[in-house]
Amino acid sequence: MMSAYVAPILKILVLLNAVLVSVTFMTLLERKVIAWVQVRLGPMRVGPHGMLQPVADAIKLLLKEDITPARADKWVFTLAPIVAIVPALVAFAVVPFGQEVTLFGHAVTLVIADLNVGLLYIVSITSIGVYGIILAGYASNSKFPLLAGLRASAQLISYEIAITMMLVSIVVMSGTLSMVGIVEAQSTARMWYVFVQPVAFVVFFIGGLAETNRAPFDLPEAEQELTGGFHTEYSGMRFALFFLAEYANMIVVSTVATTLFFGGWLRPFPGVAALRALGLVPGWVWFLSKTFVFLYVFIWIRATLPRYRYDQLMRLGWKVLIPLGIANLVVTAVLKVLL
Amino acid sequence: MIESLAFYVLASTILGLGVLVVTARNTVHCVLFLVANFLCVAMVYVMLGAEFLAVIQVLVYAGGIVVLYLFVVMLVNLRASATAATDRRRHSRVGFAVAVIMLAEISGILVYSAARPAAAITPVAATLPPGNTEAVGMLLYTDYLVPFELASMLLLVAMVGAILLARKDM
Repeated sequence: MMSAYVAPILKILVLLNAVLVSVTFMTLLERKVIAWVQVRLGPMRVGPHGMLQPVADAIKLLLKEDITPARADKWVFTLAPIVAIVPALVAFAVVPFGQEVTLFGHAVTLVIADLNVGLLYIVSITSIGVYGIILAGYASNSKFPLLAGLRASAQLISYEIAITMMLVSIVVMSGTLSMVGIVEAQSTARMWYVFVQPVAFVVFFIGGLAETNRAPFDLPEAEQELTGGFHTEYSGMRFALFFLAEYANMIVVSTVATTLFFGGWLRPFPGVAALRALGLVPGWVWFLSKTFVFLYVFIWIRATLPRYRYDQLMRLGWKVLIPLGIANLVVTAVLKVLL
Repeated sequence: MIESLAFYVLASTILGLGVLVVTARNTVHCVLFLVANFLCVAMVYVMLGAEFLAVIQVLVYAGGIVVLYLFVVMLVNLRASATAATDRRRHSRVGFAVAVIMLAEISGILVYSAARPAAAITPVAATLPPGNTEAVGMLLYTDYLVPFELASMLLLVAMVGAILLARKDM
């Protein structure tokens, strides 16, 4: 009976560590890539080519003084970073990282829980993450974080609708809400869904940028207007938790985009027999490389595009993306019935 | 054994959080307790094997509606409003009346369901497709089509009304 719990717990431990380590090194990657885009070198001092910079950053953040503002709402102030990071980590529970692999003679599925409602689970869990930002803004008892919290909640609610519309289109295509099922549906269709649903992918990715508060939609943490944003009053490890949450959310969006639109663990062009040699590469390698490409695009966009204005952001969300989402859903559903 | 223990822990947590929702002084804290309450209710749904309902509960109530509540509370009520309760006696009288009506309703339902055997529910479940989502969809668009459409009409009317109230130049 106990052995039924061992494998999931081991998987959870491995995944949690992998996510947290990759988040730490994402910060280095971001600084390096932005530096290269701007023809600089980026961090170079700690270790060869600054490779150990994240370790130094982590030690620094852990050792910093942890300050709670005097007039802050103490309970909520402590709760907010936790509420921000937990959903970001819990969302990974349903992400399938690869096919079944054999490890030490045991068949291991590379997903913690293949839920019947996996996709809905991810949407609902990430919608809880908003609270971290709103509460941080409220509990700081300070003007700029409050403004940032309000901006964040309005932004996240608006873009969630567009994203969900796109996910419904994918569900109509695949006929299942399970993440594993969606990859298998792409395998039987012999086609990545990005080629059949390009509009859905573009809107999903734009929405993903907004949901993770990344440039060009990083209004809740606009340094120039808000002196930092919802985390202005936070210091030390609690500030680091918000940072971790943002990067973990980026990884969630990347893995979901990979699973839904880029065939998850499937090799490129699963329908082309001439490329069968690519199938020798294990599925999880494909999955991780596709995810990495998305993470790179996140950084690339931040280095390239200027920030949107608040009214532009709202107009884009409500007047462009949501109508586009509804139109895409209607077209998908009609074609699904006709074909 | 473990399951019933978990249920009692969850149920008492839900009730405790419910009490905190109405007794907490700070409105933002009330809303937070409400979120925790909704999450616990979602866990009860998971224990009953209704995963779809649980996820929808988190998505719609905890993640959607209460975010809007919080938004409004933060905008309208930044200072803790100890002065807001103007006429306490009238409030408590109305509250008492509502509580009595609720109690009568719940006991009515309990008596009604105790008088009827629960067997009437099982044959419906047997004819349903295996998956949770499919089962809910099937029921919603066959047996419960009229209530479903009525609810969506109601939501549409509410939406149109809200837009009308919000736009002053119309």
